[in-house]
Amino acid sequence: MPGGETAKLSLQMVTKIDERSVNNLSAIPKEEYLYKCTSACAGCSSSLCLRYVLKAAGPDSVLVVPACCTSVIQGIYPGTAMNVPVYNIAFAAAAACASGMSDALAALGKETNVIVYAGDGGTVDIGIQSLSGAFERGTNFLYICYDNEAYGNTGMQRSGSTPLGARTTTTPGGKPTAKKDLDRIVEAHNPPYMATACSAYPLDLYKKVKKALSIEGPKFIHILAPCPPGWRYPTEKTVEMGKLAVKTGTWILYEREFGKLTINGPSKTAMKRPAPLEDYISGQGRFKNLSPEVMSEMRQQVERNIQRLSREEAGVC
Amino acid sequence: MLTIATGNKAVATAVKAARPGVIAAYPITPQTEIVEQLAEYVSAGDLESRYIPVESEHSAMAACIGASAGGVRTFTATSSHGLLYMHEMVHWAAGARLPIVMANVNRALGPGWNTWAEHTDAFSQRDTGWLQVFVGTVQEAYDATLMAFKIAEDERVLLPVMVNLDGFALSHIMQSLETVEIGDFLPAYHLPHAIDTENPCVYGPMTGPADYFRFRWDIERSMRDARGVIADVEREFAERFGRSYGPTEDYRCEDADVVVIAMGTLGKEAEVAVDRLRDEGIKAGSMRLRWFRPFPDLDLAGREVVVIDRDYSFGFGGVVAHSIRSKTGIAPYSVIAGLGGQEVTYNDIADFVRNRHPGEETWFGVSDHV
Repeated sequence: MPGGETAKLSLQMVTKIDERSVNNLSAIPKEEYLYKCTSACAGCSSSLCLRYVLKAAGPDSVLVVPACCTSVIQGIYPGTAMNVPVYNIAFAAAAACASGMSDALAALGKETNVIVYAGDGGTVDIGIQSLSGAFERGTNFLYICYDNEAYGNTGMQRSGSTPLGARTTTTPGGKPTAKKDLDRIVEAHNPPYMATACSAYPLDLYKKVKKALSIEGPKFIHILAPCPPGWRYPTEKTVEMGKLAVKTGTWILYEREFGKLTINGPSKTAMKRPAPLEDYISGQGRFKNLSPEVMSEMRQQVERNIQRLSREEAGVC
Repeated sequence: MLTIATGNKAVATAVKAARPGVIAAYPITPQTEIVEQLAEYVSAGDLESRYIPVESEHSAMAACIGASAGGVRTFTATSSHGLLYMHEMVHWAAGARLPIVMANVNRALGPGWNTWAEHTDAFSQRDTGWLQVFVGTVQEAYDATLMAFKIAEDERVLLPVMVNLDGFALSHIMQSLETVEIGDFLPAYHLPHAIDTENPCVYGPMTGPADYFRFRWDIERSMRDARGVIADVEREFAERFGRSYGPTEDYRCEDADVVVIAMGTLGKEAEVAVDRLRDEGIKAGSMRLRWFRPFPDLDLAGREVVVIDRDYSFGFGGVVAHSIRSKTGIAPYSVIAGLGGQEVTYNDIADFVRNRHPGEETWFGVSDHV
């Protein structure tokens, strides 16, 4: 694992965190790069996230988008809801396409941000090979996976990122296996920066995108993006659902910079004293009628994850 | 400069001269020498190019798409299963109107594993919107690769070009090679629809039937215009460098009663067969088909035609034989030969002509006329 004095020093040098620090939402730029009236579903958290991602990235950015909800949200030709170039690419190919684009722009002496914005299916399933290849090669780009834990664009089929017990159209009896641990796969590539985020914490997301884009090399941000039609909760509860995911410890906000883990504010409290898992589960139709066995396994998964990350942060793993 | 080289080395040498900004590379027999040679050029500083050692051919073409759209000249090479693995992106490259150049070293498809020459790999990409040229010599591999960049990048075309050379029969055969000083033959890469953050556009978004249909027609219109562009570029190449090419390479065809049509190295072999047949008093000629897409107009009126297909479309017939038939109305004698690297000599080709049965098909060495 990279670390030590040299790595820390260089991180401070390249990130200029102080200059970029934003401590409240009012300090976020007013410029919009994702316009209103998109074709996103009501209560869509991924478009909310994209809005903040682009505000953090600014106009000198290119978005590479594989097949996912964002393919739909951006609008139908010749219209577009976006105010940065968007390169749409086939499902499995986003990270590879971004590799080529990043190198081309570098060859031309440009410092444009190349950002992949991909769903969970395009990341943990069909796109994982090109993701792994691009990270191993040290591609200079930011890969963002917005994770609504199913294939939302095609009508909520299970993905590798669907959690245990969740009902989707292809797991009508509840998913029998656990969510694939994407972050540990990405971590195994030792990227200089990786983080988790959640749509309910836009300031946290904004700062993470800013920081990621100030670092050379492959960066990764994994956003939990609650999805009203897929998770089967009322549209006005999107922010609440994201907060509950964090407060129950189901989703932990952290950053890993040159291998060093930092648990972020809201999750610090949640990991010490997590809210009851039922608070998160009970409001979602996809978790209806969970068996006590599945519920117990889910509880253990949350507990194991909290333990693992706590140990790592304390340096005892 | 006169040297000797393999077909693979000739392609790599031409790519070096074309100075692509990005090369995406993934190895596969019998193409590997091309990407190895390019890696050496880049490593030695002889070629200032960004070399992306991708993890698959699907990613190779995806990286070329990203790089080409990003604003630089791009190249990749593949073969056989590699070409089929990238198939989705092969379509995408043409649909996105990107002038990517790719060498495809023609090889058979498994199972069983077979690394020798066959054209089925390239023909499986027939309807993708790529221009396809097939070469017969080391020199032609070099010349066609150089010209491919100029043709692809012409604003009347803006479609990708696949340069096909036979696995081992050409990729690993050494012949003389005259390299050229390309000077301003290749202008600087300019893509009118390159990514530009000052002018943000969406590329390849959801598109309704009316626009989608028009985009397909635009591809075909460019494919038709490409015929003229190819002729212009080949003429300019001949004027500058003294070697001329056309949609076919005709050998002793002027007064021929029977014409052999083949592609790649078998087309060169056919020229020797023609000399043999002429010695016997048979007025034979050879018409080596170079461009497969766009498919050229052929003048075969009043002649008998023998087509050698190093490919097959199961349940239908030889791809080239049927293309000739539909383009000219002539029912050729269709010989299926050379699949999986089967040896086909000029004596065999002379036999095909001597024993021809117009309108029929035969599988050389396997079945009689059917």
